[in-house]
Amino acid sequence: MRIVQLTVNGVSHEVNVWPMARLMDVLREDIGLTGTKEGCGEGECGACAVLLDGELVNSCLIPVMQANGSKIVTIEGLSGSLQEAFLQTGGAQCGICTPGMIMAAHALLERIPKPMLDDIREGLAGNLCRCTGYQKIFDAVTLAAKSA
Amino acid sequence: MATTTITKTEKLVGKAMRRQEDPRLITGSATYVDDIQMPGMLHACILRSPHGAANIKSVDIAAALAHPGVAAVYVGKDTEKVGPVPCGASLPGLRVPHHYVLAIDRVYFIGHPVAVVVATDKYIARDAVDLIEVEYETLQAVTDPEKAIGPGAPPVHPEWPDNVAFNYHQEGGDVDTAFAQAEVVVKQRITSQRLIPSSMETRGVVADYNTGDKALTIWSSTQIPHLMRTLVAQMLGAPEHKVRVVTPEVGGGFGSKLNVYAEEALMGFVAMKLGQPVKWIESRRENCMCTIHGRGHVDYFEVAAKKDGTILGIKLKLIQDLGAYHQLLTPAIPTLSVLMMPGLYRCQNVRADIVGAFTNAVPTDAYRGAGRPEATHGIERMVDILAAELKMDPAEIRLKNFIHNDEFPYATGTGLSYDSGNYAAPLHKAMDLIDYHNLREEQRQARSQGRLMGIGLSTYGEICAFGPSPATPAGGWESATVKIEPSGMVTVMTGSSPHGQGEETTFAQITADELGVGIDDVIVLHGDTAIVQYGIGTFGSRGTAVGGTAVYFALQELKKKIKKYGAMLLESEEVSFSDGVCVDHKTGKSVTLAEIAGASHRAMKLPPGTQPGMVETYFWEPPNFAFPFGAHAVVTEVNRETGDIEIKRYVAVDDCGNIINPLIVAGQVHGGVVQGLGQALWEQAVYDDNGQLITGEFMDYAIPRASMIPWIETEHTVTPSPVNPLGVKGVGEAGTIGCSPAVVNSVVDALSTLGVRHIDMPMTPEKIWNLMEGARA
Repeated sequence: MRIVQLTVNGVSHEVNVWPMARLMDVLREDIGLTGTKEGCGEGECGACAVLLDGELVNSCLIPVMQANGSKIVTIEGLSGSLQEAFLQTGGAQCGICTPGMIMAAHALLERIPKPMLDDIREGLAGNLCRCTGYQKIFDAVTLAAKSA
Repeated sequence: MATTTITKTEKLVGKAMRRQEDPRLITGSATYVDDIQMPGMLHACILRSPHGAANIKSVDIAAALAHPGVAAVYVGKDTEKVGPVPCGASLPGLRVPHHYVLAIDRVYFIGHPVAVVVATDKYIARDAVDLIEVEYETLQAVTDPEKAIGPGAPPVHPEWPDNVAFNYHQEGGDVDTAFAQAEVVVKQRITSQRLIPSSMETRGVVADYNTGDKALTIWSSTQIPHLMRTLVAQMLGAPEHKVRVVTPEVGGGFGSKLNVYAEEALMGFVAMKLGQPVKWIESRRENCMCTIHGRGHVDYFEVAAKKDGTILGIKLKLIQDLGAYHQLLTPAIPTLSVLMMPGLYRCQNVRADIVGAFTNAVPTDAYRGAGRPEATHGIERMVDILAAELKMDPAEIRLKNFIHNDEFPYATGTGLSYDSGNYAAPLHKAMDLIDYHNLREEQRQARSQGRLMGIGLSTYGEICAFGPSPATPAGGWESATVKIEPSGMVTVMTGSSPHGQGEETTFAQITADELGVGIDDVIVLHGDTAIVQYGIGTFGSRGTAVGGTAVYFALQELKKKIKKYGAMLLESEEVSFSDGVCVDHKTGKSVTLAEIAGASHRAMKLPPGTQPGMVETYFWEPPNFAFPFGAHAVVTEVNRETGDIEIKRYVAVDDCGNIINPLIVAGQVHGGVVQGLGQALWEQAVYDDNGQLITGEFMDYAIPRASMIPWIETEHTVTPSPVNPLGVKGVGEAGTIGCSPAVVNSVVDALSTLGVRHIDMPMTPEKIWNLMEGARA
């Protein structure tokens, strides 16, 4: 076990964990932020997406040691027009992919504040959703970009 | 689509209300099974068969047991008395293999559970699984259903060497005469491949046993909490009233969680043995291997017709890949295909024969559409093949054969009674939207330039709102309780257990309208057998049509009581109740719902023959199914060099009866269509000859990504159902059912100039490229 320091949503945490524990598990189980979800555990679905020092990453693929000393933003650390846009357009159904989807959309809008539809399709291509058919998620991102 | 803000007296049904459940979903504050943590909780990991078929010679758990942190290891002989995993469907002569929760001396499919390790954390449990030594004697496996029932196939279950689980025959009208009188007969083998439902939340179970109360609580990601409670109690020999099932947030189901699996009973068994809470979360690979698959059809269709396109008769020989066992509804699913095989067409002469084939694969069962997509895909392909044979336009042949508007309720040759319909309306609307006639001209030009452009139609019908209890294995009714609290706030408890369908919103809309309260004055509770009266669940597009109707009827009962209290408080003979107020029109005096609710709880005075409080429960038994329908139109272009298919336009016109919430209905259609696209273009569960699952993760099993899908244009026609007072039909599965035949028809149309008449799904670029190469040669 090792002491790892993480700043999550602006709050510093020191946790005693296996160095190879998945960042996702440490966020969920040791820090208690269960908004980050496991969809596949293999980096293929994006449900566990968080920002690691500003970069969008799949937290199921990051050994926690690698994140030592870094700044992390999870779904619990976001608020504002993007989430409001998901509410307006009906961008969530079962909700399990939604936190990762919102993190990916957030990262996309940071990169491209006024994305075209193809930018959105590409920007969210790493996040699987089985319920919505994505269309209302595209609407949500478009609306958020407009209202930003 | 902009959502609407509503004042109290405005009607909410029919408005695009934002969803009540969404604030917790978009903030990450919803609780799914894996989010549950309990003091002293243990973690389970399951050892599964790496072979499609093998005898178990020995299992050595000593090293796993000795691993630090391991609390227990159980193998098949420990759990022999648990179970069996239940099959709720019955067919004449059905062979039902005993489905132990852990394999005992033989494994029947890849992923078959062999042992369970319980440890203090999930990493330790997973590590210890690798320390179990199993000696297998591998056997020949068979995973192709046609090979399984053919000569020389290895037996899946040694006691039934022909691998036939059942034969089922259904017939209506006079099929032989119809075929004898036919001027044309078209035949085609059509497959609906095995699919992996792939809810983005895998399955998961937490079990906790209170040794003092001898009471078991199971948290499970399921569509059917009450049925699970009944069945798991049976499996464990536990008294049902001391088993509680809690369904927290459920991350998608699509039928795959309309089941009771080995793991629910297994975790109950572990919790009872150890007296400590235990959690099992399915990995994605396990989800691909061990959660039910969908479809798995090989269909041989024959359609007899006159030269003018009039369909006279339909024959179907259906081979259903069942897998190695029956899960809850496995053998019933293909019988639904038979019921819907005539589609929307006036054809009474139908004959179907099903052979249920055991294979060394995970069982198939209900997956979005469950039997109806296969039927629709078959008949809609056959109608196009017939049109091509007769050189008729695919729209014209459909319009010619539709059941007429004045024929409803329409008794089908398969024994159903279609409730209401106007089948030409969505087809005309879809054709107008996509500009069908100009498209045909555009297609002629494209062809003259050597481009492969296709136009595809499908006109689908489906059975929804499952359903009358005599036709539904565990009962087809649904329940609702509506309570008005002393403050006037309203609590609805539905036996329906949604998992993404937005029933917390639609049921609140219905309630708010009936009681004249705001949507935020209503809360909808579901999914806890200790809180909610017995219910059936959410599946088969039944949530609103059956569960919503139960809410509606509970509200009507409650309104009677509200009026009794209103009349008493106003000292009036007769009062009306609307918009949340009881009014005596003679005196003009009124009393609000909150005042009535308060008075009914304080009970200083009671109306004659009336109890205190303000609660009504209603169990609604539907008199019939409901039958939504619609038309999808798709324009595609095939890349001659690569075989890639581009979807240039996708139009879906659905008729699901009255619409409670257009925002939610659109989302259901979008999601349904994209799952249909997945089947049409990319998805297939593939086993090799040894029974190894080749598509065991999202790297190999291609569910649609955001970058892969077209824009979906949705429209509706509205033909209310007479089966329920809401006039709703159901929409959860419509998109999936309408989609795959429209897409395949479009691509076949594109390649028809090369002589292509049929393509089986998924239409991967490789398959299309090979077809084109074959045509060139």
